[in-house]
Amino acid sequence: MYTAADLRKGLKIAIDNEPYIITHFDFAKPGKGQALYRTKLKNMITGSTLDRTYRSGETFEPAQLEDRKMQYLYKEDDHYCFMDNTTYEQIHISEDAMGDAKNYLIDNLPVDVLLFREKAIGVEVPNFVNLRVVQTDPWVKGDTSGSDSKPATVETGYVLRVPPFIEEGELITIDTRTGEYSTRVKG
Amino acid sequence: MFFHEKGYLEVETPFRIPAPAPEAQIDAIPSDGWFLQTSPELCMKRLLAAGYPRIFQICRCWRAGERGSRHLSEFTMLEWYRAQADYLFLMAETEELVRAAAGKESIDYRGHKIDLSLPWERITVRDAFLRHTDTTAEAALADGSFDELMVERIEPQLGLTRPTFIYDYPASCSALARLKASDPTVAERFELYIGGLEIANAFSELIDPVEQRARFEAETAERATQGKRTYPMPEKFLAALSGMPEAAGIALGLDRLVMVLLDADCIDDVVAFTTEEL
Repeated sequence: MYTAADLRKGLKIAIDNEPYIITHFDFAKPGKGQALYRTKLKNMITGSTLDRTYRSGETFEPAQLEDRKMQYLYKEDDHYCFMDNTTYEQIHISEDAMGDAKNYLIDNLPVDVLLFREKAIGVEVPNFVNLRVVQTDPWVKGDTSGSDSKPATVETGYVLRVPPFIEEGELITIDTRTGEYSTRVKG
Repeated sequence: MFFHEKGYLEVETPFRIPAPAPEAQIDAIPSDGWFLQTSPELCMKRLLAAGYPRIFQICRCWRAGERGSRHLSEFTMLEWYRAQADYLFLMAETEELVRAAAGKESIDYRGHKIDLSLPWERITVRDAFLRHTDTTAEAALADGSFDELMVERIEPQLGLTRPTFIYDYPASCSALARLKASDPTVAERFELYIGGLEIANAFSELIDPVEQRARFEAETAERATQGKRTYPMPEKFLAALSGMPEAAGIALGLDRLVMVLLDADCIDDVVAFTTEEL
């Protein structure tokens, strides 16, 4: 059980039996008046948002979420298959629930799967993943166009901007939080 | 300098006190059996009663659980008190102080051009509810929506083109203020807003010790009802009150004033360290 004083950005609470995450939080208090806790909340299943203002004394149920360590196995039709590392149980997650995580899925990638009442609602991949570049235009030496990046497609089909010196077949590190190129992996 | 020229004496009073003013909505941080001050108000009024007619202080204050884009649990307050003055006098003095601090005739704050030239806007709480909400201040107090409407509907509209004094608060929102002789349903209290930001709170001081004790008892009862910690009655303050002259006092949030003058959106931007950074 949380109280209004526990509310903060990132906290996950249940509203009408659905999990919500606080995306914006602010504390307001008119002179000599009571404390008000203003929040923006995002439904963790549907993605819809709510504005709610709470008062001190109100209480909240934590969202009953479970985080499980799993690894990616394969894609089948419009869903993705993962295996629990300890129980070997396999689950399927729909493309909708995958979010940006689907851009980084390579065989055996370790992920955190978020479950709400046994149902997978989100997948978190590591902050950095290494993926091989399968298509990019060659670097034209002496190019003076001033462009400092070019598009590249990696093995998952994801397309991002990379520096001009990256060549096809090279392994690059991507920051999955921003979806951007991070560094080249040597060797 | 501003205060010295006006004959104010700078004072220091203890930060750690045995009995903060019992106000229903302001929570003190306990400190080894006593409390960190939520404001220097009680000690400064004791100095008024002891015969210092004009005093000011810049000091740290602490309020438990207050943290947001405009709140720090530890913040800097400027308070000043003046004998033989009322809240209208302090409005004029506050105008003078803020204009001197700004050093120019207008400021830009959060996309608003705010004209600092006189006169500043003055609006009663009653009129502010009529203008900005669908209800009245009395009805909002009765149904418990007063503070919410103040935060959601009224505050964001105050002080956008020129600073605004909102004044004559309902008597129940003013535990230490004198009631208005011509209309005892309101207290002689004002708040200054600039760019929607609350900058200062002031009132004509209540100097009747019997009435003050009754109000403190009511606030203490309200704290108990809310399940909050109650404080010991500030007996030495109440005893001194009978010797206190007619006076007015004001508490100005210095961090907030700096925010407005520097066009800062968040209080974090005007302090060296926030709580989270320690």
